[in-house]
Order: sequence, then structure tokens, then C-alpha cells
Amino acid sequence: MSTLVQRTPATEPEPAPDLAGPQRPPRRRRTAPEGESRTITSAFERRRPATRAARVVLNGGLLVFLLIVCLGPILWLAKSAITPTQDTLRDPLALWPNGVDWTNLRTAWVEIDLRLYFWNTVVIALGSWATQMVVAVTGGYVLSILRPRGSRVLYGLVLSTMFVPAVVLLVPLYLTVLDLPFTHWNLVNTFWGAFLPAGASAFNVALVKRFFDNLPRELIDAARVDGCGDFRLFFGIVLPMSRPVLGVVSVFAVLAAWKDFVWPLVVLPDPAKQPLSVRLPRLAAVTELDVVLAALLISCALPIAFFLVFQRLFLRGGLEGAVKG
Amino acid sequence: MSTLLARARGSAATVVFLLPMLLVFGLFSWWPIVRSFVMSLQQTNLVTPAEFVGLDNFRAVLDDPLLTTAAQNTLWFALLALVFGYPVPLVLAVVMSDVRRARGLYSMLAYLPVVVPPAVAVLLWRFFYDAEPTGVFNTILGWFGLGPVPWLEDPSWAMPSLVLEATWAAAGGTVIIYLAALVSVPPELYDAAEVDGAGILAKVWHVTLPHLRGIMLITLILQIIGTSQVFLEPYLFTDGGPDNATLTILLLVYDYAFANTTGGDYGKATALSLMLAGALAVLSVVYFRLTRRWSE
Repeated sequence: MSTLVQRTPATEPEPAPDLAGPQRPPRRRRTAPEGESRTITSAFERRRPATRAARVVLNGGLLVFLLIVCLGPILWLAKSAITPTQDTLRDPLALWPNGVDWTNLRTAWVEIDLRLYFWNTVVIALGSWATQMVVAVTGGYVLSILRPRGSRVLYGLVLSTMFVPAVVLLVPLYLTVLDLPFTHWNLVNTFWGAFLPAGASAFNVALVKRFFDNLPRELIDAARVDGCGDFRLFFGIVLPMSRPVLGVVSVFAVLAAWKDFVWPLVVLPDPAKQPLSVRLPRLAAVTELDVVLAALLISCALPIAFFLVFQRLFLRGGLEGAVKG
Repeated sequence: MSTLLARARGSAATVVFLLPMLLVFGLFSWWPIVRSFVMSLQQTNLVTPAEFVGLDNFRAVLDDPLLTTAAQNTLWFALLALVFGYPVPLVLAVVMSDVRRARGLYSMLAYLPVVVPPAVAVLLWRFFYDAEPTGVFNTILGWFGLGPVPWLEDPSWAMPSLVLEATWAAAGGTVIIYLAALVSVPPELYDAAEVDGAGILAKVWHVTLPHLRGIMLITLILQIIGTSQVFLEPYLFTDGGPDNATLTILLLVYDYAFANTTGGDYGKATALSLMLAGALAVLSVVYFRLTRRWSE
């Protein structure tokens, strides 16, 4: 795992076109050492005793606020997951559990079959990741580099789906998946039905296309002159240079699939196929509290770990990359 | 001859690369969009063959007494989220942008709730919202001599409780967007403001906030589009109750189509979805034009 952490910065080639495009000032300023960039207060102001005191109170207070409000509930969940139900009910805010009950985690994993739903979620997340990746990368390649006749119209059609709020499609999409055009396949209660629709993300296609647009043209032209075909150009040159944007698409695809609720709820009525988010509310109604809390902890452990490993990709502002990229 | 061959091979490759996008968008986006227009004019329940009924579905939806309730509740949710939820990320981001030490820790903490799966968050908060005096939030209120509050049990408290959780879950994402935008404030502007004798608050008001104006409009539109489609919170917290106080438009769509007893009315469900989409389309167009302008 630690190699992954260390490799994250390495996936951003220094001179390569970042999402920002070539001629914008380096984005790295935010993480630059202190003192290089200036913010609202000046160094002079920060030295004034009154301002300094106010900043200590404000920044310290903000840190305490964030710790309690954002981290607090998760720490509380971690504590309560290994606390017997009676203790949690009697004194929910006790800082330290009276008795520690590690078996909760095991009970949740084995006896209420959380492992089944966990693996369902993993399969759906991986399928969703793969679909989004294939569609975005091949689509971006066609729209940005191959550019056949009519590709502008096609790009317009892709972008126009952004106008349609996802939930509006809930019912017609369900009926489509129930009886696929031409083949009459029924994908309800299959993982395919759960993850394939995630591939239709105009956001991803636009993100990847813009990234490809910013790749150095000379390199692509040179490869063309050397007789590089469409496939070699794709696998040999374009893909290896696209690691930053592929990383962004990947982390958001996996997290979104793990968080998704409405679509799997509709398309997977069979409990044995359901992911954690859909199954948990039903389980919570019939299970003892300490086991439910253990199940909740298990369900958010992976996305939180994922976030901690790839936080740079999450925290540098996904939307900004899309809006300005 | 060889160029002809190369061109043929080239277009074959183009087709191969086109296929995933065409198939996935065609099947799961374009076709359902077209279909929703057709279906809203049809009586469909999958049992009997679909028949065209003109605008009957729209009429039936508009006649449904629950529609007014759902529309009011959805507006109420969106309004509460706007009043309480919209300023929070802005204030957090402006203060955080001036933190000198361990700013990464601040943004990490702020973003943490965003990665918690919403279903997990709601189930956790449902426990926090226990109406008994021994509930987690009521215990905390009790320290200050307040409460106990019937968080989810009382019709007038239920919606604010939902908004509180939704704000907790979503604010971090917006904070990150603002922080990213704040990096690009030209330092000269702050220097110039100081030369003119501006204090810290004056700088925030005259430099920082104006710089964020564009992105604030975008997050505003995104928030309204998002909150008008709220489903998960009312579905999992209260299932529309108590006394329909948290029945939202999307919950009504879901009930038309999938509820156990009354479900299966796909025509009515799509008709209502389309009406919501029409209302949101105006906002989407504005959003699209804005982002286009910024990206050029």
C-alpha cells in the first residue's frame, strides 16, 4: 500500500499537459512551501498581535470544529461498532467503551452475510470503473484525435445528456434495462445492469477529450509520419501520457459506484445481488444495534481508506479541472 | 491502392473506437431520453400493451393532491439547503484559504463526510436523531439545557433535520471547489488593496468574494439542481413521513413506478419526471453556458 502512496506524485509527469493546460500558471502553488504564495492576510498583518491572536482563535477554532463535526461521527462509529448495544444506548457519548466487543465485526461480516454484499459492491464498483474507463478513453480518442466526419455533432449529442438530470431517466432506463433493444436481454438482477449505465457519463468523456486536446500535437503528428496506425497511436502514445486524467476518472468512478443507491435499488431487487448501500437499510431494521453499527463501519472503511490513499486526486478540485481544464 | 487500404483500415479503427461510446450512450442515455417523451404519453404497466393516451398522464399527475405537497416539500428542502447549506462551504473555504500551517489536514477533514456512502451516513444520523432525551444529539442539547427535540418524528422538524444531514454530507465537495478557485486570486490585488488601506475584512469583501463570483453562481445552480432531486434522505430517514412532511417529487416518482401497492404506473412516473426536468432545464442551460464561457 505504501508504494501506492509514494507513486501518486510520480503519476504526474512534470512537463506533461496537466488538466490545467500548458500555458496556465502551475497549480502546485497551493502545496508550495509556506511563505511563497500570499493569501488574504499579509505577513505584516500576521505579525500584529491582535491579528495574530484572532487568527489563532479562528484557525484553531475551525480545526476543532472540523475535527468534531467531520471526523467526530466517524470516530464515534468506530468506537460504537465495538461496543455492546447496552453501553451505546445507556451512554452514547461515553468517550471510552465500557467493554470492548470485537465479535460485533465478525458477527456483521459472517452472520448477517455482510461479506456477500461487500463483494457485490466490489464487483459493481470494478465493473463501473471498467465501463467508464473504456467509454471515456475510446470516446475521447475518437472525438479529440481521430475526429471522423460528424464528430462535432456527436460530441454535442454526448454533452446534451448533461442537460437531462440523471433521476429523470430512472424509470425509462429501468424499462430499457428490463428489455434491451434488439437483443431483448433482461439485465435486471444482473451486475451488468447495475454498472453498464454508469458508462454513459458525458462528464468523463468531456474531461478525457479536453485532456487529449492538450496533448502535444507534434508528438502525435510525428508518430503519424512514422506510420503509426490508430491502434498503435492509442496504446503506444496517447494512453501512456494520460495517466493523470485516467487517475481522476478512476477514483471518482469507484467512489461514485460505492456510494450509489437509487439505481442499484431499482435494478437489483434480488437481495443476494444487492450492494451494501441498498442492503444496509433493510438489515438495520432487523439486526441488533451494535452489529448494525459494525456493519456501517465496514461499509465505509474501504471508501475512507481509498480517499486517504488518493487524497491528492480528490482534493485538488475535480470540478475545476472539468470547468477550466 | 495502398492509401485506399490505409484509409479503410483507418475507418475500421475509428468504428472500433466509436463503438463503446455509441453503444453505452445509445442504450443507456439517448434511447431512454427519447423513450421518456414517448412513455409520458402512454399508458404502460408492462402487463397490457402500451397505448397512447395523449396528455392524460400529465393531467393525472397534476390532479394528484400529493403533487402540491411534494412540490412544496421539495421547494422547502431546496430553500432550507440554500439558506443554511450554501454559506457554510463558502465561509469554511475563505477561512481555510488563509490557514498557513497544515492546510491539507483542514481540507482532508472537510472532505471526509463526502466519501462516506450516503446510505451509511443516513443510518448513522438516524441513530443520532433519536428523539429520546438519551439520543446522541438530544444529550448534547441537554448539556446546554435545550431539547429534547423530536428530530424526525415531528412534521415541522423532519425537513430541517434532513437538510442538516445533507449539508454535512455535501459541504466538503463545495469547499474543495472554492479552495481550488481561491488559489488563482492574483496576489497583486491583495497588495493593491493594502496600499489603499484595506483591512482583512475589506480584502475579503472587495477581492476574495468578487473573485469567487463566477464559481459561486455555478455551485448555486448545481446545488439547486441537486436538491430538487433529493431522494435518498427522505426515502431512508422518514420514507416521506411523518404525515407526508418529507414527501419529495422524486419520492413521488419512485412511488408511482416502484411502490409495492400503487406502483407500476410508468406513464405517470415519466410525466412527473419530465415536468421536473423541464423546470430544471432552464437552470442547466445557464450552467452550461457559464461553464462553456469559463472554459474558453
